Amino acid sequence: MIVSNSIIQVEHLSAAYQKNTVLTDINFEVKAGTLTSIVGPNGAGKSTLIKTMLALHPTLTGKVSFFGKSFEKAKKQIGYVPQRGSVDWDFPTNALDVVTMGLYGKIGFFRIPMKKDKQKAFEALEKMGMSAYANRQISQLSGGQQQRVFLARALVQEADLYFMDEPLAGVDASTEKAIMAILEELKKQGKTVMVVHHDLQTVPEYFDHVLFLNHTVYAHGTVEETFTDSNIIKTYGGNMSWLREGDKNVVHTTS
Amino acid sequence: MTFTAWIIVTAALVGLSCGLMGVFLILRKQAMMADAISHTVLLGIVVAYMVSQQITGMSMLIGGILAGLLTAFLVQSLHSMKVRHDASLGIVFTTLFAIGVILISTSVGNVHLDVQHALMGEITFIPFTTTYVPGLGDIPKATLLLMVVLLIVVFFIIVFYKEWKITSFDPVLAASLGLPVLLLHYLFMTLVSITTVASFDAVGAILVVAMLITPAATAYLWTDRLMLMLILSGGFGVLSAFIGYGIAAWLDTSISGAMALTTGLIFIVSFLSSPTHGLLSRWVKPKQLI
Repeated sequence: MIVSNSIIQVEHLSAAYQKNTVLTDINFEVKAGTLTSIVGPNGAGKSTLIKTMLALHPTLTGKVSFFGKSFEKAKKQIGYVPQRGSVDWDFPTNALDVVTMGLYGKIGFFRIPMKKDKQKAFEALEKMGMSAYANRQISQLSGGQQQRVFLARALVQEADLYFMDEPLAGVDASTEKAIMAILEELKKQGKTVMVVHHDLQTVPEYFDHVLFLNHTVYAHGTVEETFTDSNIIKTYGGNMSWLREGDKNVVHTTS
Repeated sequence: MTFTAWIIVTAALVGLSCGLMGVFLILRKQAMMADAISHTVLLGIVVAYMVSQQITGMSMLIGGILAGLLTAFLVQSLHSMKVRHDASLGIVFTTLFAIGVILISTSVGNVHLDVQHALMGEITFIPFTTTYVPGLGDIPKATLLLMVVLLIVVFFIIVFYKEWKITSFDPVLAASLGLPVLLLHYLFMTLVSITTVASFDAVGAILVVAMLITPAATAYLWTDRLMLMLILSGGFGVLSAFIGYGIAAWLDTSISGAMALTTGLIFIVSFLSSPTHGLLSRWVKPKQLI
């Protein structure tokens, strides 16, 4: 374990909501520069896993370390993109402002965001194809656009490790493409990304690693080796009808 | 200054400081926390009186802050022990308020403090107790207290402006960026408490809720920008003070009651006629395509 180049180490992690144990004895390691999808049925504890790792949900047992450090010490290197529904989109603010919030930690107390901070936030919006909406009130953005704003906010944090909770849920095809392009770019820069994902169909296309979760880890590894019918059936239960890559009839839009 | 002028100034100060705090109460979805704290500060003031045997601005502020923080802490604790948030709020504030009421009638009773006064306030009597301030002359004590509290509130809103914004919009992000979310929460509750205590004498525990929530909710109907929302909310608070005094003088009725009624009237007018969120605008123009 000492010689491994794993940047995330999770050992015997468990967590609960009220009296229901949601996660039991979770163990896995993630290597730098990987793009991992966390998949599993509804209620499997996918979001809870991320939240527990990031100390946003109490841990029952076990420990998590990032870059060989505790979460507290590694905090600044970690970016988190929560589910879109976790905030109030009627909040009186605009897209640029939300992205700038990603910089508040770096700006520090008793300082206001400077022009260069706004510039940085604007560039992140540009990258997500959202520069035209910078001054738009956030409630007037579509779901896909809101998700892009969240992604832009994560980008300005310039973290080394990103956690994203269902970034592709309920977004339009072009947003899905834009988000995946950004994830690929992050990976090229040597960053590590873990994504809670709901769509098994796109796992082989979008990710290089997969983690099957249903209250505990059923399988974890590279997509080629791990993304197998037997693992899917094991994780989701018996009657999972599932189309293999070759069987599907989906045409991607070219926009 | 005349008594009338002092009453209006005091009312306007209540409107302004409550209007500013109210914006964040609403955006943090803690409007009902204002209701709770406005009641529990009574306990704080009573205990402060019992300890110091006098009612001074300072002892009231300290008592109020402690009561406010105790409320926030107990609500948070009960909630983390699996009691629903609204239920824990209801349990905590009624219990603390009841203790305050019992203490007033059994142990304090004889003075300036009585339940009627605590609930309704009596702004008319404010000009009678003055204190000398160098440079300003004789100022009613309650008015001076409100001035100090307004300065504190404005100071903290400006200094932590971006922190209030991020912890109100997305506390999870704020926490993951390493901001002291819990500390800011209790600082915020402290500010709500001192605003409530200072407004207590003027408008009482029940109507301070109207002054905290309604102008802010009204401002929310008019703007999509936080800074503007703060200015408008403070403005509506002050406006309510002036119009409320006018109504009270005209109908010869309670000033604080008329002020609270005015905040409600301004809200209704805004609710109907605001260009962006108003009821009428929805009928006049069809929803725009985005």
